[in-house]
Amino acid sequence: MTAHTVTPAAQGAPAPEAARVRLAADHVRLAYDDTVVVHDLDLELTDGSFTAIVGPNGCGKSTLLRALGRLLRPTGGQVLLDGRSIARTPTREVAKVLGLLPQSPIAPEGLTVADLVARGRHPHQSWVRQWSRDDEAVVAEALEWTDMAELAGRAVDELSGGQRQRAWISMALAQGTDLLLLDEPTTYLDLAHQIDVLELVGRLHAERGRTVAVVLHDLNLAARYAERLVAMKDGVLVASGTPAEVLTEQLLADVFDLEARIVPDPVTGTPMVVPVRRLR
Amino acid sequence: MSATLERPVSGPRGRTAVRIGPVSTVLRWRQVLVPLVALVVLLLVSAVSIGRGDFPIGVTDVVRTLLGLDEGPQEFIVRQLRAPRVVVGLLVGLALGIAGALFQTFARNPLASPDTLGITVGASVGAVAAIVLSGTSSAGAVLGGFGVPIAALIGGLVTGLLLFVLAWRAGLDGYRLVLVGIALWSVGSALVDWLLTNAQIYDAAAAYVWVTGSLNARTWDQAVPLALALAVLLPLALATGRALSVLQFGDDTARGLGLRLPIAQTAVVLLAVALTAAAVSAAGPITFVALVVPQVAVRLTGGSRPPLLASGLLGAVLVVGADLVTRTVLPEALPVGILTAVIGAPYLLWLLVRGRRRSTL
Repeated sequence: MTAHTVTPAAQGAPAPEAARVRLAADHVRLAYDDTVVVHDLDLELTDGSFTAIVGPNGCGKSTLLRALGRLLRPTGGQVLLDGRSIARTPTREVAKVLGLLPQSPIAPEGLTVADLVARGRHPHQSWVRQWSRDDEAVVAEALEWTDMAELAGRAVDELSGGQRQRAWISMALAQGTDLLLLDEPTTYLDLAHQIDVLELVGRLHAERGRTVAVVLHDLNLAARYAERLVAMKDGVLVASGTPAEVLTEQLLADVFDLEARIVPDPVTGTPMVVPVRRLR
Repeated sequence: MSATLERPVSGPRGRTAVRIGPVSTVLRWRQVLVPLVALVVLLLVSAVSIGRGDFPIGVTDVVRTLLGLDEGPQEFIVRQLRAPRVVVGLLVGLALGIAGALFQTFARNPLASPDTLGITVGASVGAVAAIVLSGTSSAGAVLGGFGVPIAALIGGLVTGLLLFVLAWRAGLDGYRLVLVGIALWSVGSALVDWLLTNAQIYDAAAAYVWVTGSLNARTWDQAVPLALALAVLLPLALATGRALSVLQFGDDTARGLGLRLPIAQTAVVLLAVALTAAAVSAAGPITFVALVVPQVAVRLTGGSRPPLLASGLLGAVLVVGADLVTRTVLPEALPVGILTAVIGAPYLLWLLVRGRRRSTL
């Protein structure tokens, strides 16, 4: 009864030249009331890509992510989902293809992990079909896959920060969307749990073929996990490319006002930022 | 067609998947059991309440008379004098319980209710204005011409509309709704006081019922219109359940899960306002029912939001039960609204204290 197609399982890293654009910002201008936050920005997310959006506080990266997720309507330009204007696509259709995890999402008091993850099936359900076999299998699988099955009966508000973020990612997995947007999923987590969450997101990308865009503060982690970095400053896209292309000493000076050395990460070989001092 | 009952592979105990052909849902036993028990208690309390009075009638006789099995001399007392009062109380409790559950889920705040949001006070303003002003001004005469219940209904709906318009800012926000509601409540209370201060003593006495809420002297004239209104509003309210299960999250999450947020929010608030206005127009502002009952219901059923049906049925139990207590146990027949306020006020304090504690954690 629904046109939803099951997300292709692990499809490996797609060849860059063959990848089609899933989500695109086309001359997007974003504003809150009269304050313009993002000016005339172009961005394309190709199928199966893993993009991290970085930039200093207030550069408009979260605002951009909200616009990509249809939470904020651009005052100029448009966002295209699979080539179609996302503003003209019904909310429910969008929710079957594109999942999003807001910054520090709030779960209602007393909601269990199983209920939270089950809520991910909402766009696939209807008044008569509230809990199909399909829903049940997908939710059970999502809980299993994110190691949350043990905690399924626990209340979300009783979990630790890291477990809670896992539960939300599990919900996003159950939603079964090809695209996933995450707004600072590692905020308030200690380093070990930051790694844990990013490993999970990385697996979603690598094993489940998800197209991922994530707003991150930590440049070293962004360089480690994302295939592509997008750097923003004052609402403008400053640089875009592989972590090695984007994370240069010049860029850190220009975008973050930071004097820093770039050294290879001893574990992964990706660029690692060693700060020296703040530039005035 | 095959019907299946099965335990889900994962998830907590106490929930069962039900599938009949293409129809499927999840049943949690507590969410089925609580409304059933509430219904039984409600019927029992109602029968006892109809039986009590200057001319006591046994419960079995009440039931036999209501079912038409017994046509004794008590038929007139049961059917015409006492049943309407209990039916009004039952329907008012049902409407207020569900209205409270809708407001609290929408605002994501256990303090949101038609009382704290000023809807019930707005209905009082309408009723009191109709009584007090009908002899003194032309506007009052028009209002009085509608009859007091209709004036109360208009007062409640106008306040609800004001609440909606003033709180709307590119969407509805729960906190903003509560703040605007508190402001409306203050304005409404002040208006009621002003009207009563200027009223003739007889008018003031008549108007007083519409300040506290009472089931005294209710007849089928109040019960029938209320029943008709609820016949429309209750199915619509129960149908919002699916949207509420997503609406209780933050706005971003709800939209991310495919909910058309402005439409869902508008529907929920308007239904809650309409249910409240209908209830108040029948019995005056019986306070605290809509505030207390949904929170009691959610503690009984478990889960993360006040259950609609259970809140309605428990609201009915509370109103009919409180009315029974005021008429029989207490020395003087008090308006039922005073007893619900006496029960509700300490609960509100407890909720505030507890809320503060949680926020400092």
